[in-house]
Amino acid sequence: MAYSDKVIDHYENPRNVGTMDKEDPNVGTGLVGAPACGDVMRLQLKISDDGLIEDARFKTFGCGSAIASSSLVTEWVKGKTVDQAMTISNKDVARELALPPVKIHCSVLAEDAIKAAIEDFKKKRAARKAQAS
Amino acid sequence: MKLPIYMDNHATTPMDPRVLDVMLPYLREDFGNAASRNHVFGWKAEAAVKKARQQVAELIGATDQEIVFTSGATESDNLAIKGVVEYYKSKGDHIITLKTEHKAILDTCKRLERVRQERLDELKLLRLGQLAGRDVSPEEVAELATKHDLDNDETYKKWAEMPTGGARVTYLDVEKDGRVNLEKLEEAMTPKTVLVSIMFANNEIGVVQPIAEIGALCRKKGVLFHCDAVQGIGKVPFDVEAMKVDLASITSHKMYGPKGIGALYVRRKPRVRIAPIIDGGGHERGMRSGTLNVAAIVGFGHAAQLAREELADEAARILRLREKLRKGLTDALDMTIINGSMEHRLPGNLNISFAHAEGESLMMGIKDVAVSSGSACTSASLEPSYVLRALGVDEELAHSSIRFGLGRFTTEEEVDYVVQLVVDKVRKLRDMSPLYEMAKEGIDLKSIEWTAH
Repeated sequence: MAYSDKVIDHYENPRNVGTMDKEDPNVGTGLVGAPACGDVMRLQLKISDDGLIEDARFKTFGCGSAIASSSLVTEWVKGKTVDQAMTISNKDVARELALPPVKIHCSVLAEDAIKAAIEDFKKKRAARKAQAS
Repeated sequence: MKLPIYMDNHATTPMDPRVLDVMLPYLREDFGNAASRNHVFGWKAEAAVKKARQQVAELIGATDQEIVFTSGATESDNLAIKGVVEYYKSKGDHIITLKTEHKAILDTCKRLERVRQERLDELKLLRLGQLAGRDVSPEEVAELATKHDLDNDETYKKWAEMPTGGARVTYLDVEKDGRVNLEKLEEAMTPKTVLVSIMFANNEIGVVQPIAEIGALCRKKGVLFHCDAVQGIGKVPFDVEAMKVDLASITSHKMYGPKGIGALYVRRKPRVRIAPIIDGGGHERGMRSGTLNVAAIVGFGHAAQLAREELADEAARILRLREKLRKGLTDALDMTIINGSMEHRLPGNLNISFAHAEGESLMMGIKDVAVSSGSACTSASLEPSYVLRALGVDEELAHSSIRFGLGRFTTEEEVDYVVQLVVDKVRKLRDMSPLYEMAKEGIDLKSIEWTAH
């Protein structure tokens, strides 16, 4: 399959690979996909108390498009607010990387990963609040 | 060493330069039609074909009269299965094959199942029309069939047992090592079984089936035995007499000959008959009409001769290289699994899963090495290889599989390079893999509720 230069660049030089402390109350972790389907994406976001995404890390098991999609969104979400990050859609990812049609699901996964990470962060914050009150 | 490196010899092999040399005169001055009986051009072509026929026959312990030239293995497989089903339809219509066979076998069998089903549907329509005393439309069949209970209708039951031109097919499971279970094979045989089709060596995992035992069983039961022998011939010894094979598919481009030429071995004693699927001038004793591709046949013949003469030395050399590759990879990397039997395996095959490193992205990382993913997920379908699934390989591992195919022109230097490159890339991908990290932490990946997508 012929990939775009952007996919190849992200595949060869993935940005922001790594692991954050899951237990950190300011870290939201999104784990999406399934090993049986051949794609698992884990996106972690470090979010300040006022909802700014300060840092992002990913680890992905999957094809070149899946790796590139996750690498790209880590770049995109950094510096954005949670609300801004929620508006990133798979179409933006697919367009930016010029993904071939059979690989669109990789961009869907990236969108899902952002949402899952933010949801995890919100859950943690709600739990903290509940504990405090 | 030249890049890229070719390690996909199951897909096809490069032509041996010695083969091309013998072909060239038949593309230039000796271009005659082997069926032309009136002049020297025809005689020369005919003599060249006769020699090639002998060369191919000798490689498999057959006689030249038992070799039918075809366009390749897919046609040979079609001809063998459809030809037997058609010719022996009054005897029975049941075929047994394996779930791990090549698509040329599986899709041919599926086609025959469809033919039978369509015929049965027509008969159903006809019989319901008789019972209802009027013309019945296909939409009414389901409703009327319950009313008239065709399952207990003697006339319909008799009709349904008549030859349909199609077949019923049993797709047998294989054992964990990829080999057929002979007891299950015997159990699957019925008085209606006309053909068993089991491959010699698997194209993905290189596992070699117990052909002689299958042949003996089929002979004992009076069932014809077709063997898709494409991947194994020329690499490991194959003898139609010793193995009691009745029909065997062979192709030239998997043994360093040209593409577009293959053969079907059709046994003469005891005689096996097949109906042709291509009609015409009656070439190849009526079994496969069409002007012979003389130059390709000459190349095929020479490739067969070289394979026979060099088989023992070549197999030993390739096996040594394959073992070097296997050891190099498994010594350096943890969590690797070889798919299929190590004992009964082609010398040049290594199908290996690198757990938690995805196969397609690994191939992307080693783009200077031509290999094939064990999984078919490069296509629109995201399903992993049906062969690996039939072995009971985990889907995740099936997505992490690579098929290496070493061949005549693989060098030691190439193997060393590939080991280093693959080890580096697998490590890189695993550093990026959440699954590898979790496995290292001792998390059971099966305990996690994954979100499908």
